[in-house]
Amino acid sequence: MSLPVVGVLALQGASAAHLAAFASLGVDAREVRSREQLTGLTHLVMPGGESTTIHHLLELFDLRREIVRRHRAGELAIFGTCSGAILLGGDDGEPPPRLGLLDAVLERNAYGRQVDSFTRVVRLEALDAELRCVFIRAPKVREVGPGARVLARDGDEAILISGPGLLAATFHPELTDDSLLHTYFLRPELWNAVAPVFSVG
Amino acid sequence: MKTNGNDDGKTNGSGGAGAGEIDFEVKVGFARMLQGGVIMDVTTAEEARIAEDAGAVAVMALERVPADIRKEGGVARMASVDRIVSIQETVSIPTMAKVRIGHFQEAQVLEELKVDFIDESEVLTPADSEHHIDKHLFRAPFVCGARNLGEALRRIAEGAALIRTKGEAGTGDVSEAVRHLRLIRAEMGALKAAPREEVLAHAKRLAAPYDLVLGVWQEGRLPVPNFAAGGVATPADAALVMSLGAESVFVGSGIFKSEDPARTGAAIVKATARYAEPGILVEACRETGGAMKGMAVEQVPPEAQLQTRGW
Repeated sequence: MSLPVVGVLALQGASAAHLAAFASLGVDAREVRSREQLTGLTHLVMPGGESTTIHHLLELFDLRREIVRRHRAGELAIFGTCSGAILLGGDDGEPPPRLGLLDAVLERNAYGRQVDSFTRVVRLEALDAELRCVFIRAPKVREVGPGARVLARDGDEAILISGPGLLAATFHPELTDDSLLHTYFLRPELWNAVAPVFSVG
Repeated sequence: MKTNGNDDGKTNGSGGAGAGEIDFEVKVGFARMLQGGVIMDVTTAEEARIAEDAGAVAVMALERVPADIRKEGGVARMASVDRIVSIQETVSIPTMAKVRIGHFQEAQVLEELKVDFIDESEVLTPADSEHHIDKHLFRAPFVCGARNLGEALRRIAEGAALIRTKGEAGTGDVSEAVRHLRLIRAEMGALKAAPREEVLAHAKRLAAPYDLVLGVWQEGRLPVPNFAAGGVATPADAALVMSLGAESVFVGSGIFKSEDPARTGAAIVKATARYAEPGILVEACRETGGAMKGMAVEQVPPEAQLQTRGW
């Protein structure tokens, strides 16, 4: 197994916090702003930010097609957090258009506006661990298809789900000091059970 | 908890906001979600739609853009409730709005309306000549302007979750925003280079709380993001302030006082996302819809400067 080559989409949003999380693990992650910078990556984080803006920039700089192509070719594992998770899912009829990679549909800003944002310690069943989770204008998972699996819930709400080569959190693991989920993402054998053919990492 | 202005044991921010503790980390976290983006001043729902389509990360709802406030004079206040609500209903991106310095009742109105970020702004006519709002009491996050490190830390001490340079709003002249970014960077550099026993003297000179000054000395950065504002009018201006360490850009009059706001907005978004690449910047400059004419800061008489409001 070769070493992971990790990138963080850095067009807009909290990419710096993800880069710092990887740095704390001794992983030298790189910023991705262009299609060329996707070359050679095995792992990509799509960070939280404004999903309409990130969609706009993915189209503008022609990254969307290449991310979808490399993922579908089984070459690129993707971890979406908050707006990154929204974009990985399927369309719900509301903007922005989604990448349609993850077999789930997420609704934007489903908890309300910023005054409704919150932090909560949640037990992540699949990881057998507790994590302080920061929810900021967070989405809710509205549908989970047969190609996706719920790894953790907060009450009734699915907050961490996976698919073949895909990990998606509705909260912000990059905003707390615990790099548990960044470590987890780099070990797809732990969460990638849905489609064993996917061979990243 | 106490309120601004009295002592009856209630918090300000109970209104329409959710339950639970007011969490500073959630406020700063939201500011981080805006990094690498462009926040656009808008005065109508139609302008808000144009801003969202151009790729704005948020809109700032205003009664008048700074260039018009400067030209028309009069008292500049919080935007009308109807205006703010129509903008909120039109776009899905976050809506910010400005309140007058020290006007905690305007801030309570905005929090009740669930405005996503409140800008306690020198662009509006100050309501209090001595005191800013106690922003810790609000569930909604606040952004405040600063011209130097001491002012930034004073606002953070009051509870601001985001700092922006003041620049000189409504001029289309980026030079004051550049001055403020460079000054804050230079002051942090001097502080970081100092031995620990000199930190208190720095705190005294900066007129900022010792613990915050010590935090900057230890971490080498502000505890909240720092964005640029005040005079940004072109894609090259946006790239300049990003290169000087701004983490996002507020554009006020620069978009809707340009000849083609949709094109100018999109071009500034493009330049901000990839500010370090000259080839991208050339494209963005070509795609710009004629910059606002503006006025050089030297033409602004001292009594008409907005940046000297607040302390």
